[in-house]
Amino acid sequence: MGRPYGFSRGRRRELRINLEQVERELLLSLAKQLIAFVEPDPVSADADPLATMVGIDLSAETPDDPALARLLPDAFIDDPDAAVEFRRFTERDLRAGKVANATTVATDIEAGLDVLPDDHVAAWLGFLNDTRLALGTRIEITEDNHDELDALPDEDPRAGMFHVYDWLTYLQDSLVQLLLP
Amino acid sequence: MSVAPAEVERPEVDEATDRPWITIVWNDPVNLMSYVTYVFMTYFHYDRAKAESLMLDVHEKGRAVVSNGSREEMERDVTAMHGFGLWATMQKDD
Repeated sequence: MGRPYGFSRGRRRELRINLEQVERELLLSLAKQLIAFVEPDPVSADADPLATMVGIDLSAETPDDPALARLLPDAFIDDPDAAVEFRRFTERDLRAGKVANATTVATDIEAGLDVLPDDHVAAWLGFLNDTRLALGTRIEITEDNHDELDALPDEDPRAGMFHVYDWLTYLQDSLVQLLLP
Repeated sequence: MSVAPAEVERPEVDEATDRPWITIVWNDPVNLMSYVTYVFMTYFHYDRAKAESLMLDVHEKGRAVVSNGSREEMERDVTAMHGFGLWATMQKDD
């Protein structure tokens, strides 16, 4: 047993972040990438300003990119009209929530925090999960191909993504385990 | 069955006898079993046993009905699940 890695409870039950500088920089970079990936498109000039004001996006459609579609899933499995309708009323807020989570993580890392404030936990968990969803979809992870992905040669672009994914999985689980009663 | 606390008082629309909509969470290869349990406990306020049982249904049977209620309530639950990154859909219970 070495010193704690990932997240741990400190002497006063505080949630400690035990990460190397290079890992913090990687998380910061991932947070910025996730923000760029999910942030809503700028509102177009001909959009209804009242609709925009209340978060409605009349142009929202199921994303073509499978990773984005996984982050912003259809709410109805066999009713495309209802799915589009639902998306138009909710997708902007869903995107904004994911951007807010990643922004909290980026801000905490830039501030050099060693202790995760309790009211930032949800943002960190959401960010770690969203990033794993995006990477996992990109490398086409299944419940059975973990070993196969782990054995990819370094020159395969999926190899690097898989190792980051695996690391984020460890981090997320180490945080969740501390929170489960 | 408890659902998320309502932020706005809604008129009771014969919910006791008629809960015609359900929220389903689907299995996926990314979400951690621990995290799914945590989400069911924190959002739905289910105890650990119930949350783990639902999580195992998702994992082993491919899906689980995690809540039921009015259409508006299920819209709120599905939106929340998507916020947590779980793959959720809603439908009429038939």
